[in-house]
Amino acid sequence: MSPLLRVGSVARLSRLGSVAFVAVLLVVWHVAITLQESPILPGPLAVASGLIELFTQGLLLKYVVASLFRVTWGFLAAAVLAIPVGLTIGWYRRAEMAFNPLIQVLRPISPLAWIPIAILWFGVGDMAAIFLIFLASFLPLTVTAMNAVAGIPEVYLNAGRNFGLRPAHIVTRVLYPAVTPQLILGLRITIGIAWLVVVAAEMIAVNSGLGFLIVDARNAGNRYDLVVAGMVMIGLIGLLLDLGIRSLERIPSVSWGYSDD
Amino acid sequence: MISAAAQRGSAPNPNAFKTKLRADHISMVFGRGPDSVHVLDDISLEVDEGEFVCLLGPSGCGKSTMLNVVAGFLSPTRGQVRIDGELVSGPDRRRIFVFQERGVFPWLTVEGNIGFGLSALAESDRRQRVAHYVELVGLKGFEKAYPRELSGGMKQRVEVARALAVNPDMLFLDEPFGALDSITRLIMRVELLRIWGAERKTIVFVTHDIDEAVQLADRVIVMSARPARIQRIVDIDIPHPRDISSLKYLGLRDGILQAIGLAHKV
Repeated sequence: MSPLLRVGSVARLSRLGSVAFVAVLLVVWHVAITLQESPILPGPLAVASGLIELFTQGLLLKYVVASLFRVTWGFLAAAVLAIPVGLTIGWYRRAEMAFNPLIQVLRPISPLAWIPIAILWFGVGDMAAIFLIFLASFLPLTVTAMNAVAGIPEVYLNAGRNFGLRPAHIVTRVLYPAVTPQLILGLRITIGIAWLVVVAAEMIAVNSGLGFLIVDARNAGNRYDLVVAGMVMIGLIGLLLDLGIRSLERIPSVSWGYSDD
Repeated sequence: MISAAAQRGSAPNPNAFKTKLRADHISMVFGRGPDSVHVLDDISLEVDEGEFVCLLGPSGCGKSTMLNVVAGFLSPTRGQVRIDGELVSGPDRRRIFVFQERGVFPWLTVEGNIGFGLSALAESDRRQRVAHYVELVGLKGFEKAYPRELSGGMKQRVEVARALAVNPDMLFLDEPFGALDSITRLIMRVELLRIWGAERKTIVFVTHDIDEAVQLADRVIVMSARPARIQRIVDIDIPHPRDISSLKYLGLRDGILQAIGLAHKV
């Protein structure tokens, strides 16, 4: 057998292994639920039928789209603003010294602590949720961009200057490609945070979305099958978002940033 | 036919050569007050056009600082540098600094790196120039490779090619082969001399390796420990290719060893 084939079959085997493991967990879940007395917690079959129920009612798609809509706008607005701001602050050391205390104070404040203010400013609705996601994404992205600039090896900038690049071209041809791998890493971490925050925000500030689904299902008659169905959807979509951004890391002009050498 | 380097070696007549670089009374002090570090102390030197000069000294003596000063990346505390009579006030694309292979841009392919300084050229000229230098440094077949797929020696060739592609009249090399294994280092020296023979650039080459200096240079400038002064200037009047077991080579090498204060025996 050629080494290439063996690598392929090992990968296939390990994927098969993780699928099998999930299957085992589902069986354990099912058995555990049937053994217990309380009827409140749902088993995997009840959750599956809950998902089908939501889907046939058209609620599943509606809520998923609502949550993704908020995350997309909040996250995009944060990225568009935070990356240039962070790069600029990181570039000028004095600006970094000026902004750092402010950032360090704001950073430990959970985005959820802003919920009352968000509702005060924007009312109950999409804008409040988008604002919270924006807040949750803005600081981590700014800090990532700042650190990425500070970490650019001096030789790259010196080489750029040596070849007579004007400052605008230093930015586009040296600075930007040099920080891109770090930025992608930051985007990946931040979209994870944004996805956590949207669920929490929807529990309080809006009347749709996966977070709302969870609270609503519990309030409207303890439908824990729908609660867990909502959790499953949140997990799956979070995984897809992460995989989506991770696929950027394989672009050849970027992948150098993740190798060990 | 006898090469220009050999002619110079056999008949050292400084007046026959145009001075390319002239550094006058360069001193460099980093920091202020009690924490300041005196790195360069009143260094003056001249480099002729087309000459290959090595700055040789122990690690940390300030020879890299000196190279950064003459290349325009650092301004000296005192003194000035003139190249072609012009005061040096910053880096310039006519004089390219070759870092160790870590200066290669990891986000560009071999082609992209070598063509980095050629964006002003038309696409076809640029492609032709890149192909020429890919060939010159022996990287044919690796045009589309990214630096992380290359060995240290190949990355170093990319950097030398990227420097040569903009047709500079000077090259500054800062221990360019320091990170390579000893066999690759020897091969790279031969390659550099071949390229120097073909392109006739003025080269200032920093190294802490005595053999490297004596194998490559027309003149070796031996620097002292910090604060660096010029301790001795040794003319290496042996034509290329140099026989590194000849008595003359060994004699010059021993002279430098003694100047640095090292015993010949280990």
